[in-house]
Amino acid sequence: MEKYVFIIGATSDIGMAIAEKYAREGYDLLLGARKSERLLPAQSDLQIRFGIRCNLLELDLSQTTTLAAVWNSLENKPGITICVAGFMQDNDEVLRDTSATLQTIESNFTGPVTLLNAIALDYMKNGTGVIAGFSSVAGLRGRQSNFIYGSAKAGFIAYLSGLRNKLFHHQVHVLTVLPGFVYTKMTAHLSLPALLTATPAQVANAVFTGIRKKKNVVYVKWFWKWIMCIIRMIPEFMFKKKKL
Amino acid sequence: MKKIIANWGNYPSIESDEKTFSFPEDLATYVGREDRFIARGYGRCYGDASLAAKTVCTLQYNKVLSFDTKEGIFECQSGLTLDKILPIIVPKGWFLPVTPGTKFITVGGAVGSDVHGKNHHVDGCFSAHVMEMDITGHDGETHTCTPDDKADLFWATCGGMGLTGVITRVKFRLKKIETSYIRQKQLKAKNLDEILRLFEENKQYTYSVAWIDCLKKGKGFGRSILILGEHASVEDLPAGKKEKPLAVPSGKQINFPFNLPSFVLNKFTVKVFNFLFYGKNMKREINNVVSYEPFFYPLDAILNWNRGYGKKGFIQYQFVLPLESKNGLVEILHRISDKGIGSFLAVLKVFGPQDDLISFPKEGYTLALDIPVRNGLMPFLDELDALVLQHGGRLYMSKDARMKPEILEKGYPRLDEFKSIIRKYNPESKFSSLQSERLNLTSR
Ligand SMILES: Cc1cc2nc3c(=O)[nH]c(=O)nc-3n(C[C@H](O)[C@H](O)[C@H](O)COP(=O)(O)OP(=O)(O)OC[C@H]3O[C@@H](n4cnc5c(N)ncnc54)[C@H](O)[C@@H]3O)c2cc1C
Repeated sequence: MEKYVFIIGATSDIGMAIAEKYAREGYDLLLGARKSERLLPAQSDLQIRFGIRCNLLELDLSQTTTLAAVWNSLENKPGITICVAGFMQDNDEVLRDTSATLQTIESNFTGPVTLLNAIALDYMKNGTGVIAGFSSVAGLRGRQSNFIYGSAKAGFIAYLSGLRNKLFHHQVHVLTVLPGFVYTKMTAHLSLPALLTATPAQVANAVFTGIRKKKNVVYVKWFWKWIMCIIRMIPEFMFKKKKL
Repeated sequence: MKKIIANWGNYPSIESDEKTFSFPEDLATYVGREDRFIARGYGRCYGDASLAAKTVCTLQYNKVLSFDTKEGIFECQSGLTLDKILPIIVPKGWFLPVTPGTKFITVGGAVGSDVHGKNHHVDGCFSAHVMEMDITGHDGETHTCTPDDKADLFWATCGGMGLTGVITRVKFRLKKIETSYIRQKQLKAKNLDEILRLFEENKQYTYSVAWIDCLKKGKGFGRSILILGEHASVEDLPAGKKEKPLAVPSGKQINFPFNLPSFVLNKFTVKVFNFLFYGKNMKREINNVVSYEPFFYPLDAILNWNRGYGKKGFIQYQFVLPLESKNGLVEILHRISDKGIGSFLAVLKVFGPQDDLISFPKEGYTLALDIPVRNGLMPFLDELDALVLQHGGRLYMSKDARMKPEILEKGYPRLDEFKSIIRKYNPESKFSSLQSERLNLTSR
């Protein structure tokens, strides 16, 4: 369906902002999340304020084997899919804790990939659709402070780029979003540099425009593109000595 | 996140560890864990009611839960602001049952202060239209209450300044409208006697409020402009507006960029008043049809106008005196004009009867004026407090930043009852603000 958007990981601040942006633009919504009943207030809010239809979908990205079936059982399938899901914990804790390691990889890589595979196959068959995936600047180069999360996100970047390549030939567009710092509940305790930090609403606008203009990769704050460009150029023998 | 916060009067300010939440579980966890904090909405109360070293901000908890467009019943989370509600309800032919002079307040704040509008003499306070609400109590549990069910909790929450817990959900009745316009009448009054007479003669009007010149002495003492309004019907509208009778005004705003020395704002209001008073229409009466926006929220067009009072901030002094205490009103106005420290303009309104547990309004005259903070102000206000009490009046907690506990005690006859309900629902003073500590409503 043309004006129907699926948001994976809708309970996050960014997910909510994207839902609101699309609702404002008159799109119907399918909001997927774990404990989706938490989204009941958001559902009524978006429906009443914007006069659109908003459906909820219970979705647990760690249940990888069931994800394709969840998608395939949808009667009415959204034509745009935006995967915001992601999960970050303190790297040192994850390093020591196997279940946290698996959870980090699952929610940032295995889960999204399994679900998006099913969606991609569908879109490919129909020759239409848009997939936008949220990765992270942390995925552009592994740093000691968050390389487990970062490596899962790096995998996801590679996945999205390959998917873009594959689906291009089937008229399906794939967008990679690298949001940089965002003011959210997750980052509320940090003091973030204003120049590099976006609000969830700015992220939502960037995604909306990125999809409309068929951009391939979107950094929300343009500065990040250059910062990461420089960071990626630092030779490994120097980089390994840095405390980043 | 720690930051310096102040309410609308910019006095006092305090460093506060502010927590926001989007889901009820997060609030419950916070309430279970933290101690001595207060709920905070948009911070549009003037003084220290929603200030504390720890605050829980409701602005992210702002979802519309239901809207019955047939019956005019609206239900939302407590952090939703009135400016977001209006564009939802107005196009469907409904309006807020009661609105203060700014739309930038939350529904939680409307209940917490039990706000009044220009229609108090007809429609009462906000609480008169609340059907049901949820409050997260000191135990972290959600308590649903109505005017009849858990009535003690309900009435101690309306006007209770956040001391019973965090209001999370409110369901209230709306007012039916045919158009989004107001049929407005402005009347000039030469002096205080005339304005009070005009209030009396025009009490059938749904909305009424007056701007009064506080500085004018002699014959013209109390000269004012009375503003009356009725929701317009489609017939009242000029030809160009009849096709879209429920249009929502665009609400463009300009920002007040920095703190000004306070005399600048005073000069500005003097000019506006003189313009209206002596301006092109020397007529005694003006009638026109205006959108609801300039009628209800004339000041909202200038964001952050409070900065016009300078860095030190200001106090908005608002009291109510019983109708029979007209002399008291005269005396207080004289004191203010003799002292010459008040704003040039004050807002005067007549309240209808109301007798709730802790809500501010009761039948009589209410006057509100802004006074910039400066040396010697607090003792002077203490003198005014004594006069207010002497004439059987009281002060509005939502505007207060400095009254002494005995002023509250003497002004609110049911204060003991209120305090005992607070002890029941807030036994460890978990919900506690600078104001509640100052006024001995919670322990220190
Ligand atoms: C320009 C202007 C005009 C005004 N005109 C009027 C008027 O005409 N009539 C009138 O009555 N008032 C008026 N006010 C005052 C204003 O309406 C009230 O102070 C209102 O309570 C502010 O709401 P808020 O959301 O900003 O809450 P805050 O100012 O943050 O808090 C106000 C009080 O409500 C409590 N509270 C807020 N949210 C909750 C919650 N979720 N649960 C429990 N307690 C809560 C706070 O603890 C505090 O005690 C005016 C203010 C301004 C700035």
